Amino acid sequence: MKPPPFELHRPTSVEEVLSLLAEHGDDAKVLAGGQSLIPLLNFRLARPEVLVDINRVTELDRISASPDGGISIGALTRQAAVEASELAVTRNPLLGDALRLVAHPQIRNRGTFGGSVAHADPAAELPVAIVATDATVSVRSRGGERRIPAGEFFVSHLTTVMADDELLVSVDLPAVPERCGTAFEEFARRSGDYALGGAAAVVALRSDGSCASAALALLGAGDVPIRAREAESAVVGRPIDAASAAEAARQAVRDTSPISNMHGDADYRRRVVEAMVERALLKAAGRAEARSS
Amino acid sequence: MKQEVSISINGTVYERTIDVRMLLSDFIRHEARLTGTHVGCEHGVCGACTVQLDGEPVRSCIMLAIQAEGHELRTVESLANGVDGELHPLQQAFHETHALQCGYCTAGILMSIEPLVESGEPLDEERVREALSGNLCRCTGYQQIVEAVLLAAARRAEAVE
Ligand SMILES: Cc1cc2nc3c(=O)[nH]c(=O)nc-3n(C[C@H](O)[C@H](O)[C@H](O)COP(=O)(O)OP(=O)(O)OC[C@H]3O[C@@H](n4cnc5c(N)ncnc54)[C@H](O)[C@@H]3O)c2cc1C
Ligand code: FES
Ligand code: FES
Repeated sequence: MKPPPFELHRPTSVEEVLSLLAEHGDDAKVLAGGQSLIPLLNFRLARPEVLVDINRVTELDRISASPDGGISIGALTRQAAVEASELAVTRNPLLGDALRLVAHPQIRNRGTFGGSVAHADPAAELPVAIVATDATVSVRSRGGERRIPAGEFFVSHLTTVMADDELLVSVDLPAVPERCGTAFEEFARRSGDYALGGAAAVVALRSDGSCASAALALLGAGDVPIRAREAESAVVGRPIDAASAAEAARQAVRDTSPISNMHGDADYRRRVVEAMVERALLKAAGRAEARSS
Repeated sequence: MKQEVSISINGTVYERTIDVRMLLSDFIRHEARLTGTHVGCEHGVCGACTVQLDGEPVRSCIMLAIQAEGHELRTVESLANGVDGELHPLQQAFHETHALQCGYCTAGILMSIEPLVESGEPLDEERVREALSGNLCRCTGYQQIVEAVLLAAARRAEAVE
């Protein structure tokens, strides 16, 4: 259970990282928090010839306020730092909900925001949270920068639209709607484990209590985070109560195909996700109501 | 690929030439010969190898030794006052409440929870269980571990008053 041999580079600037990635192409892997990559090396499931450790690229470790009321998070910002950031969790409360569910405190101390997004595990919380809040992922190569909507960033299990020579530099999260409530609900066998299914909800209410806007994203319903657009439209304009939440949840999972494995088959997982959508919607609506009154 | 490193653990600097792929847990145990830090799963799941990096609990089995350069590491050996000396109050509480049986998980648990106890944050069972969710113990069933942490926290609060 030791990593295979590799050549290690420890650059201090984004420019240097991009040169190294351009030079080594698919022989190289970026090493961020290492909380997913080093286990893969220890198991010898990954055998990159070159590791580019970005932990000294301090310019990637930052959280800043955006003029539109949103936030911008540098790729190397530790998950624990985002969780502890007043700015981040007040401007985007869903991040706080999601981060509490990511692994364990010791892992969040080391794991990075960008690493979790780049790793693209379909059972990871942060990819779901950024899809629910319409974030934009910025990636750079020597050829320039691309800004990719979160909803188009994930391709399949552990695969994104990033090319081998591209570095994820930041994730920009726009302002959430005024007086909205958020919730992230999931079911895992043990606290801190990857979940079998989950859902994120962002709900804004009108003064009459009906739903002004809703965003719903599913965890574990497929090989990427899924936005449940039809279910979202189904609740807009209606009060969010047990009946409308259950109906939206049913609709959200209707055409999904979760994986089947020893931890649960597709049917079971679909029902888990459905239950999580229902809970997330009701909880988010409750929080929105508490904030408007 | 080998490289010279200089890594500070519990205030002592260890200068060695190591393979860059050496895990921090192996540096601590085999190079610095500090065997209080245990290795269970070696892939980040069990928490036995937890040490503190600049005061924050991290798993040493999923970090490269070379990445600890320029940081201050603390291991379980930093808690008690020498080998036969006085136990750290947290260790004393573990001793009194029988919070360990085989002791394999203990070093990781102590290093995980010590910053929280020292922070003075008021603790309850739920908070302690959440902070220790990433530490597996195959012997105790956790109840006494939680009791030990709450006991140490209560004594600390009393001492501060
Ligand atoms: C026991 C355990 C439980 C866990 N449970 C959960 C959980 O419940 N939910 C969850 O979401 N995660 C969980 N994780 C994973 C954890 O959140 C990781 O921190 C995260 O998946 C990867 O972030 P990292 O910074 O550690 O990235 P690394 O491990 O360093 O890298 C992961 C991958 O992303 C690539 N990469 C990293 N940064 C960049 C970048 N800036 N640009 C381009 N590519 C990049 C790497 O090349 C690598 O392929 C768990 C981990 C462990 C060990
Ligand atoms: S040995 Fe490091 S977490 Fe298990
Ligand atoms: S005391 Fe034996 S594993 Fe915890």
